[in-house]
Parts: sequence; structure tokens; C-alpha cells
Amino acid sequence: MSRQELIGPQGLRQDGRRASELRKIKCTPSVLSQSDGSSYIEQGNTKCLAAVYGPREARQKAQILHNKALITVEISLAPFSMSERKKRKKFDKRLLEIASAVKQTFEPIIMTNLFPRSQIDIFLQILQYDGGMIQICINAATLALIDAGIPMLEYVCACSAGIVEDTTILELLGTPELTVALLPQSQKVTLLQLETRLHVDKLEPVMKMAIEGAKDIYKHLDKISRNYIEDLLQKSNPHPPI
Amino acid sequence: MLYSKTYLKRTKKGNAVKVVKEHYLRDDIWCYVENCTFCKHTEPALLEEARSTKLLKIPHYIVPDTNVLLNQMDIIKHPAINNVIILQTVYEELRHLNLSIYQQLRTLINEGNRHFFVFSNEHHRDTYIERSKGETPNDRNDRAIRSAVRWYSLHLKKASYGNKKIDVALLTDDVANREKAKAEGLLAFSELVEMIRNEGKIGKDRKVPYDDHLTASKIESGIKSGKLLQGTLNINIHNYLEVNGVETQIIILGRSRLNRAIQGDVIAVELLPKSEWTISSTAVVLEEEEETTELNEEIMNQSNELNNESAKTLQPTGKVVGIIKRNLKGSATSNIAENVLISPLDRRIPKLTIRTRQAHNLMSQRTLIAIDSWPKNAKYPLGHFVRVLGPAGDKSTETEVLLLEHDISHQEFSPRVLSNLPEEGENWKVTDEHLRDRMDLRHLNVCSIDPPGCTDIDDALHVRSLPNGNYEVGVHIADVTHFVKPNTALNEEAESRGTTVYLVDKRIDMLPELLGTKKVDRLAFSCIWELNSEAEILNVKFVKSVISSKASLTYEEAQLRIDDKRARDGLTKGIRILNQLAKKLRQRRLERGALTLASPEVRFKLENDSQDPVDVELIKALTPYGMSLTFESSKSLSDSLEKAVLPEDPYFNKLLRILTTRCMTSAVYFSAGSTVAQEYKHYGLAADFYTHFTSPIRRYSDIIVHRMLAVAIDFDKSYSSELTDMYKVQKICDNLNYRHRMAQMAASSSVELHTYLFFKGKLEREEAYVVKILKNGFIVLVPRYGIEGIVYSATKKSAAAAASQKHVAPITYNVLTNSLESTLEDGQKISIKLFDRVIVQIKKPEKERK
Repeated sequence: MSRQELIGPQGLRQDGRRASELRKIKCTPSVLSQSDGSSYIEQGNTKCLAAVYGPREARQKAQILHNKALITVEISLAPFSMSERKKRKKFDKRLLEIASAVKQTFEPIIMTNLFPRSQIDIFLQILQYDGGMIQICINAATLALIDAGIPMLEYVCACSAGIVEDTTILELLGTPELTVALLPQSQKVTLLQLETRLHVDKLEPVMKMAIEGAKDIYKHLDKISRNYIEDLLQKSNPHPPI
Repeated sequence: MLYSKTYLKRTKKGNAVKVVKEHYLRDDIWCYVENCTFCKHTEPALLEEARSTKLLKIPHYIVPDTNVLLNQMDIIKHPAINNVIILQTVYEELRHLNLSIYQQLRTLINEGNRHFFVFSNEHHRDTYIERSKGETPNDRNDRAIRSAVRWYSLHLKKASYGNKKIDVALLTDDVANREKAKAEGLLAFSELVEMIRNEGKIGKDRKVPYDDHLTASKIESGIKSGKLLQGTLNINIHNYLEVNGVETQIIILGRSRLNRAIQGDVIAVELLPKSEWTISSTAVVLEEEEETTELNEEIMNQSNELNNESAKTLQPTGKVVGIIKRNLKGSATSNIAENVLISPLDRRIPKLTIRTRQAHNLMSQRTLIAIDSWPKNAKYPLGHFVRVLGPAGDKSTETEVLLLEHDISHQEFSPRVLSNLPEEGENWKVTDEHLRDRMDLRHLNVCSIDPPGCTDIDDALHVRSLPNGNYEVGVHIADVTHFVKPNTALNEEAESRGTTVYLVDKRIDMLPELLGTKKVDRLAFSCIWELNSEAEILNVKFVKSVISSKASLTYEEAQLRIDDKRARDGLTKGIRILNQLAKKLRQRRLERGALTLASPEVRFKLENDSQDPVDVELIKALTPYGMSLTFESSKSLSDSLEKAVLPEDPYFNKLLRILTTRCMTSAVYFSAGSTVAQEYKHYGLAADFYTHFTSPIRRYSDIIVHRMLAVAIDFDKSYSSELTDMYKVQKICDNLNYRHRMAQMAASSSVELHTYLFFKGKLEREEAYVVKILKNGFIVLVPRYGIEGIVYSATKKSAAAAASQKHVAPITYNVLTNSLESTLEDGQKISIKLFDRVIVQIKKPEKERK
């Protein structure tokens, strides 16, 4: 019996959430003026800033794709993002891996064939980190891409879940877990990443839980971006037709 | 509402780190009071019919604070206390302070019928408070507790329960907290006085002043630098002023060097200079001699004399400088000797001082005492009285005492545990659903053979001839894991009990009575072999099955069937074949070098805690008989034991086997992978691998093996994580080993108890064998009763008496020959050696059971 108890006797976790509750999400689109599209998301104490440039002319000729746009993703972790200050190498293997996962997630969703021979750059900066790196990167990138007006098939929303002694838990932070990126309208899964060994029988409930979480995130992102657009419309057209 | 908790933490390197954690405050935490009109909870935990007492006439719920739970858990556990609100603050504080009490609280909460309820006040929007500047965490927690009590009080006033008024009462030991609560208009009490913790105001006995213990950090650095040694205190059962501690066995002599350490404590020891090293003394310390403080010196002097003779066998001595972890979970059961001085039954635990108003009533009663503390200025540790078990010497009281002594939980199974059993109970039947995945073996002639009176039958057998001349033999074990699933209360209970305990007149089950083994269809886990007529295994198969037992026989009945030449039915034929095969298998095992071990009686198991280094003495003592034992392998040992027979004394060989068994370490459970594969061997059975499988009803180890095997044969598609986690399995194994040892010791104590009751008021002379020579006595084994006892050659008083009467010359101890020598009246010299036959007089011990 360990001193740590993930779920207390009244079904509350250490931080007061129930097993199926997400952390508090706060997001703002279009926070940077220089980039073509940007966003800022907080999921609990994990905070991420996303900037999208493009579609623009490809930087390196060798990389040009003749039938579609090239997507690049770069993730950086601020030195002050965790409780201990650490100097990180520029090419942290784990960050590169996550960047490539994010890139692969968006490649089929962004309609890249509309922009041959061009490049779309996604920069993600983690300002504060408290678990759930992949999911926040994907969610921030989605919002920034929408802000940049880049045509996409639909939203991509990511969420993670895990299992502790037969209880499936949403956003089980700190321990390895399962991350799902969902296309909420078509109910398709574009990314499924498992960082731990999980019994086959448990995969289904954990995935279901993560998908439910992703749907909640979608509702939130959708509301925020619609509000933002409406706001923008009102501002650009101060005298709406009666 | 989101709230951030920020605090500073020190890392391993020593850097200060700021930790920010989310802390959500909620609106949906309900009061869980029955019929509350405001809250939306569905399953109320607190009854509308709250209790009221003489002290507080209004019906009320109790809110204890951390210290009350910590110090007065014994009374909180009393069934009279119900409808208790445990605040999350208290719950979490308790978890950090004392895990064992926390576990007890958890069981209380889970039981449900006691209406203990955890209120998440730290996440409630209205009850959460922030630590203000300059406030200590303790003060903050006290304030949080008061804040929650105030919320409840207001909430209950607001809600209407007919005409009834319910209030909450805060229970606290802390005067300041109580006064503050009262100032806020809350009900606060500290009235659990009778069982209150001993505060150490009494017993200021300066006769034995103890040294201060070192501080934790000093101990830590001392151990790191090698100046101090860490170990578990293991007090010799015959001589409780001497200690074999630490891995390398350091002897600690005398109470003052023991420095308040109690049996089982993890201690830090400082080695004494070499000049004070000694050899292990074999003298027995009698109770009356304990008071004389010179005794220690005496032993020391004796040892010093011995030093010259056997300088090579010097053992280091040391003194206790600190106690790293107290072993306070074991409560002492005891007789009240004086007003407030209690002498525990386990002589390795010192006497205790308690404070009670009922000293008179407690005289010659067995009571349960909890040890609280041992201040520097007290000669004996302080404790408090928990409950009376019954009059001393009474059979049921003594049985309960020995169960408590061996840490065996013997309560009835809780409703929560029983709810995990199939609802049908006795009428449970095998259905087609069970048959789907299982092999149907109901057509076979399956029978069970057990000792008479055995009710927990868990295995059955069958055999049949195959067309190719071979035999198919099946062993069918009750499929307990079908009913005992992981992560259930039932499993948890079985895991902690570990084994069924057999006492002389009682059985304490590991699992509640599952399903009887009558002649009906049963689920089984079967192992089916194909053997040839030479009993060589050709093929083996494990399968889950359904069987139908045709007969349940006792050993006697089975033997009768074998001998009865007229019986020709299938079942009898089968038993005969099995008997022949078993003989062949046994022969082969003996050839491989399996040992035939012995214990004094079939029903009497050996005690493992007296691990005396007899082996050297044993060989020495055997030489006069012209025998020797060889230890190179189990095979040679087995052979030499086989040869060591005295024709005129048939018991001699058995005695030798008993003593040999005692020298060996008993087999233990371990997790494969925690040791190298070469260590897997089972010495006594001469097998490379060995595990239990056949008794899942009474051994938890078998349940684990069943689960693993079920996964291995692809029967169970999923399994809980504990099966693949080496550390978890090892932890379970450690517990099983402990429980197994305790069960064996309890069983032997039970035999001892019944022997004692048998000898009550009797005086018998009986033949006995000397099994160990001590400096001032010897231990004898009486084969007829299978009991052991110490014969003191001379206590201090009797030695003096003997000397004055000059009838008997004092008995002296000869180190060289390891024997006791004396001269009789007529001048004839006698000596008592190991294995000698003596006549002893047995009588009921006057006061103590041991």
C-alpha cells in the first residue's frame, strides 16, 4: 500500500477532479501580430504558444514538394517551464519525436495539395509544462492553423487518458498514458500513441475515455473560435445591415 | 473554481524548487446526510438517526481530528461509535503520520455499516481555507477542520429534518483548538479519557537511566560512515536480556545497553571495543533474577572466563544508540501483576506501565495493551489499556491471546467480503456457460482422499488405463480463482490472511466457506498426466474443467478398499493403480535424495524462531554413538540419517531427524526473478523447482499460482498487473512467509496450550530426551506428549538452598564436553549430555504458560 492514493474515497483526485474530468482549458486565438496565425492554450498548468507561418515560399529548394505544401513543426520547451531549470539541447530527441508526431497528425488534415511548392511552418513553444505535451501541442496547432486561415478538413483535438487499477482516468498526468488525436466530426482517430504497456482488454475503455475527452476539447475550441470570428466580423463591419 | 497551490520543495540535490499544483474547488460536494433537502447525493452515508450521548443530548455526528484518530483509534473502532465524518484534511494527515492506523480507518470507511464518511473539505468551495502568513501547517489544518465543522453545523441547521435537530461535534485532544472552536460557537469535546494515551507523567523511575537516543540525522550519517550498524532487534526467547541483532549478529547485553529498544525494532547499534566482546551465553534468565542488576555483570564475568577458552568464537557486542523504526504494531497481552505494572506474555517484551482506574478489576485477567512510548526517565515503557480478553487460564481466552500474539486476524468475514461470493450460496450450480470454455470431465471416476474430519476438501483424483497400456492420471484442484477475482474485497482479505490457521480445536479460514465438496458438479483446475507403468511422465496437460466427485474417502477407507480383495469396482481399481504409481514415484524421489524429515508429533509443527546453532554440537554429540552425519548434499544427508539407528531405542532416529530439521532453514516463497535460477532449488524435496498448487482454499500462494497458470494456458485472457510485477509478487511472498510462520507458531502454541490444560493439577513422570544443554539447565523433549520444556539445574535461590542443605552437590557446566556435571550423594559422578535419556517430572507451570 503506497502513501499515494490517486483517487480518494469520494472519487476525487489529488487536485480535486473526478476521474472523467478534464483540467481547466483556457485558450485565445490570434495572440501574436507577426505570424500569420497564432494561439495560446492553457490546459491546467501546461501552457503552450503556437505560431503558424505560411503557406509561403519554401526556404530550401531541396525540400520543395511539387504537388503539395511542406509542413514543418518545431517544438521548444522554455527553460523556465518546469520546476527545475535545465539547459536543454537544441535537438532534444523527445521533442523531435513529438514534433514529428504532430507533423504526421496534420499532414492528412491540412489540404496541402492546394499549395504546391510552398511551406507551412508551425512553431510551438511550451511556456509551462505539467504533463500532456502531445495533446496540448496538437490543440494549440489546430487553433493557430484556423487563425491563419489554412484550409483543413476539420478540427484535430487531442486528449490523453490512462488506467490505474481498473479505473480509467482522463488526463492521468505524470504517468505514461495513451494519447488520442481525434477528428471530432467524422469521429476518426488520426493519432494513437501509447507510452506504456497496457493490456489488450484495457485498451478499449481507455481509448473511449480519451475520445470523450477530445470531444469535450473540441466543443470548447469550436466555441472559442466561433466567438472570435463573430467578434472579428463585428469589428470589421461596424454597421451591420439591419 | 481553480486555485493554485504553490509551495517550495527541496530536491535530492538540495536545490529549492517551486512546485505549482492545481487545486480545484467544487460546488458539487454534498453533505451525504440522509434526506438532505439541499444536496443531490444519491447514496447517503450518514443516518438521520444520529447518536446522542449523556454528554451531548442533541443527536450529533462526530468529527474527530487527527490526533484523536492517531491516539484513540481503539475506541473509535468500538461499534458504539458510528456516524462519523472524517475530514479530508484529517484523512490525509493521518496517511502521512501513520500508515497502519490509516489502513484501519480505511477498513472502517469501507465497511459501510458503521457510517464513516470522508468529506472532501479541501475541495469544497465553502470550506477550503488558505494558509495565512506566519501560520504553521498544523494551525492551518486545525483551522480547516474548524471551518468544515462550521459549514456542517450551519448546513444542518438550514436543512430541516422534521423536528429533529442534528449537530456536529468536534473531537479534539488539543485544548487550544477546542477553545477556539467553542469561541466560534461550535461543539467541541475531548472526552475519550478512559482510554487516553499515557502522557508519561507517571513512572518517573530514575533507577535505570537510559542514554539519550541520537538524532535521526546523526544516525543516518553514522550508518553511512560505518560507525553505526543498522539491524532488526531479535531477542533470544530463553534469555531476554541478550539480543541477536543485525545481520552479523551483535550481542547486546543488559537493559541499559538495550536502551529502550523493544523486540522487532529497527535499531542503530554502536559496536563496543573488542575487549568487551563475548561468546553467546546459553544461560537462561529467570524472571525473579531479572531485578538483580548484577546479573548482567555476572554474565559478563562468566563470558570473560570463557573468552580464554574459546577465543575464536568471540562475537561482537554493542549498544543501542537509536531506534530507527519502532515495532509498535504488536500489542502485548498480559497479566496484571501490580497496580499499574503489566507483564506481557511474550517475555521478549519488557513490562509495561499503564494508567487505569480499573486496576482492581483487571487483576489476573488477560488484557490487550498498546505500547505508546518509552521516555528516558521511565524504567518500563508506557502503554494504555485497550480491552479485557477474559480470565487468565481460560481456554477460549488463551486461544484468543495466542491468535493475537501471532498477529492472526480471526474476525468474522465482513459483509463486504461475503458480498463477493456468488449470490446463490449453497445452491450454486454449474451452468452451460461454465462448460463452454472448460473440459467436461464429469464422466470420470473422480474421488477425493483426505484425513478424517477434513471439511475443506480442495483436491480430487482420477486414473484410467489408456488403450496403449499407459495410465492417465488426473489431479483436480478446486477452481477457487473462479470465485476469488483480483481487486475484490474477498481477494484482499485472503491476501492479507495468507493461509488458513489450524489450531487444536479451531480453524481460522483464509476464505469464507465457499462451496462444499459434495457429490455434485464442481469447477476444477486439472492437471492430467500420461504415465507409463514405471510411473514415468510422458505427457502433461493443464486444463480448467468440470468434475463430479464420485466419493470422498478418508485415508482409512481408501486403505480398506485397497486391501479388500473382493472389491472390483472402477473406483477401487483406480485407487490401487494410484497407490502403485505413488510408491514408484516416492522411491524415485528418495533415490534423488529427498529427506524424510520429522517433527515430534504429526499435529505438532516446529518452532522456527529458536534457530540454535546446534549442528556443530550435534555432530560432536553423535560421535560417542559411533555415527556421523554428512552434509555435502541432501542425498548424503538423507543416507546418513537413514543409517543412524540405535536398535535399542527406536525413537532415537526420529529425535535425530527432528534436530536436523531444526537446523535447516524452512522453505520460503519467493518471486522468480528476484534470485538467480540456481537458487530455486527445494533442498528437502530434492527438486529443482517447487511450488504449491493443490490447496487454493487454504493457501493464498496457490491462488497466485492458479492465476498465473490460467494465463499461461490462455484460459484467462486478461490478468491484473500484480502477476507481472516482480516487486508486487515479492511483497505478497514476504507476507505469505510471515503468515505461514505465524500460523505454524500459533498451531504449536495451541498444542502447548492444550498440553498445559491437560497437565493442570497433574504431576507426571515421563521419559524425555535432552535436546539442548544450557549453562544453567537443559531443554528436554518429551516424546509421549511432543512437548518441550526447560529443566533448570539451579536457580539462584534453589542453588543457595541446595548448598545449605548439602544434599545435592551443585551442578556445574562443562564447556569442553558441553555437558552438565554433578556428583550424587554416594559420590558417584553423573553428567548430562545431548541425547541422554532422563526422567522428568512434569507439572503445570505456576504462573506463565511458557
